[in-house]
Amino acid sequence: MTAVDTFTLTAEEAKRLLEAGEVSGAELYQAYLAAIGERDPELHAYLHVCDSPAAEGIPIAIKDVISTKGVPTTAGSKILEHYVPVFDATVTARCKAHGLVLLGKTNTDEFAMGSSTENSAYGPTHNPWDPTRVPGGSGGGSAAAVTAGLAPWALGSDTGGSIKQPSALCGNVGLRPTYGTVSRYGVVAFASSLDQVGPVAKNVRDCALLYSVIAGRDDNDLTTVEVPEVELPTAQDLAGVRVGVPRELNDAEGIEPGVRDAVQRAIRLAESLGAEVDECSLPRSVEYGLACYYLIAPAEASSNLARYDGVRYGLREQGADFRAMVMKTRDAGLGDEPKRRIMLGTYALSSGYYDAYYGTAQKVRTVIKREHDAAFERFDVLLSPTSPTVAFPLGAKVGDPLAMYLNDLLTIPSCMAGLPGLNIPCGLSEGLPVGLQLVGAQFSENTLFRVGHALEGALGFDAVPTRFRR
Amino acid sequence: MAKISKEEVLHVARLARLELGDDEIVRLQEQLSDILQAVSRVSELDLSDVPPTAHPLDVQNAWAEDVPHESLSADEAFANAPDRHDDHFRVPPA
Repeated sequence: MTAVDTFTLTAEEAKRLLEAGEVSGAELYQAYLAAIGERDPELHAYLHVCDSPAAEGIPIAIKDVISTKGVPTTAGSKILEHYVPVFDATVTARCKAHGLVLLGKTNTDEFAMGSSTENSAYGPTHNPWDPTRVPGGSGGGSAAAVTAGLAPWALGSDTGGSIKQPSALCGNVGLRPTYGTVSRYGVVAFASSLDQVGPVAKNVRDCALLYSVIAGRDDNDLTTVEVPEVELPTAQDLAGVRVGVPRELNDAEGIEPGVRDAVQRAIRLAESLGAEVDECSLPRSVEYGLACYYLIAPAEASSNLARYDGVRYGLREQGADFRAMVMKTRDAGLGDEPKRRIMLGTYALSSGYYDAYYGTAQKVRTVIKREHDAAFERFDVLLSPTSPTVAFPLGAKVGDPLAMYLNDLLTIPSCMAGLPGLNIPCGLSEGLPVGLQLVGAQFSENTLFRVGHALEGALGFDAVPTRFRR
Repeated sequence: MAKISKEEVLHVARLARLELGDDEIVRLQEQLSDILQAVSRVSELDLSDVPPTAHPLDVQNAWAEDVPHESLSADEAFANAPDRHDDHFRVPPA
């Protein structure tokens, strides 16, 4: 048997080892279970670990907002503590059909609402680079699991940055795909016009490979569309690629100097690989994007979370009558952040405020989309930091929702426009990973993979956290 | 923008079917006021000729064939029910 180093093993290499018979599926699975046993007590990336001793394929971890038949799916909420899906999400089914084996369900901010995983009802995940710091969120569990060698790859979900931002803070590769390319069937709904499932991986090729597994039209989600065939990237250069550097995304207030330096280095590398780099502007997208998001996403959430009423599934508290039962159930089962967003969304949709808040935000969304459309007439990709900061200490922003929301300042605008975005690690600042965000036009995932792969090679980032290097 | 009142918080909580504790009401009054203050900047733009976007893709209606297909059995559909009575979800009286 070939010894498996789960810190460095890519899914592509795991596939090769399995096909060559150099390692068995069971040995591979056991290697990850052993890594989980060793490091997850400290990191808490998993909410549930499976045990499939007869596993034959490549293991995968799945964020706990994605339904897995017969395996608990809590969405990080007490209201779904004992919920066990009776069907697979389409993305889960597609992973299984490709022979992938479920390792477990990863931690998430409750209902994917958060930027640090501290809103999980089951306690936070810790950053593998420094366990006193957050892994980002909401998909901090998936990101931490991939970086810490607790899974070769994972699925996340992204509404305003929940794949890209944790990948940035944990130093791995995460893709938020174009809206409509990946089915939302069986995914716990947060904000339906924004939610997208996507891959988290060690490198860009694995990310592309996993995207090819999950993408495509699904009859159970009629917002999905046919998707261009996925091309695994091979090119090492960026000849002919037009790279735009949006000023507002690169000069935004709050971007740490170390983050700026690492991104500037990546921009110079892009030029040296043959890319044509030029500045551009997305003035209103950045200035109004966060406000637009924090009206539209909570409004949709307030509607989606109305289903947690103690009737068909999930927690039920006793009440004297139906209404009291519903209200007590929701009070007991939902945490502070979902309540805050339900309240905000309900307010924004309520009579007398609808036009001023939700209606206006929908028009701002058009403005953001048009600004990006114009930028993609000149450029193939837009480049910026993914997160203004590196991973911050646990507890630093818990009491201040607005400060927490600012983490998503740079990821949100492209999400509002339905655009794909790729995070790749581009260096360290104060010993912590810095994420580079590459945003493309709708359905340009192949371009993002090509640019990401070439940059990844030139950057030479060592994805193993310093404290685990031997 | 003026701070939202305790009565408004209670009104919205009733609409959202949330029973809030007294401490939650006070905290949400503060936090919602701050957040609404921050997000109300969307009204600064001149949007008179801008249509709303509800869906980010430029797609038309999608239709599914209206044909029977396999669905959950009753036992599966009730598997997570807090209180099942035969093939019904039992709830307290309205």
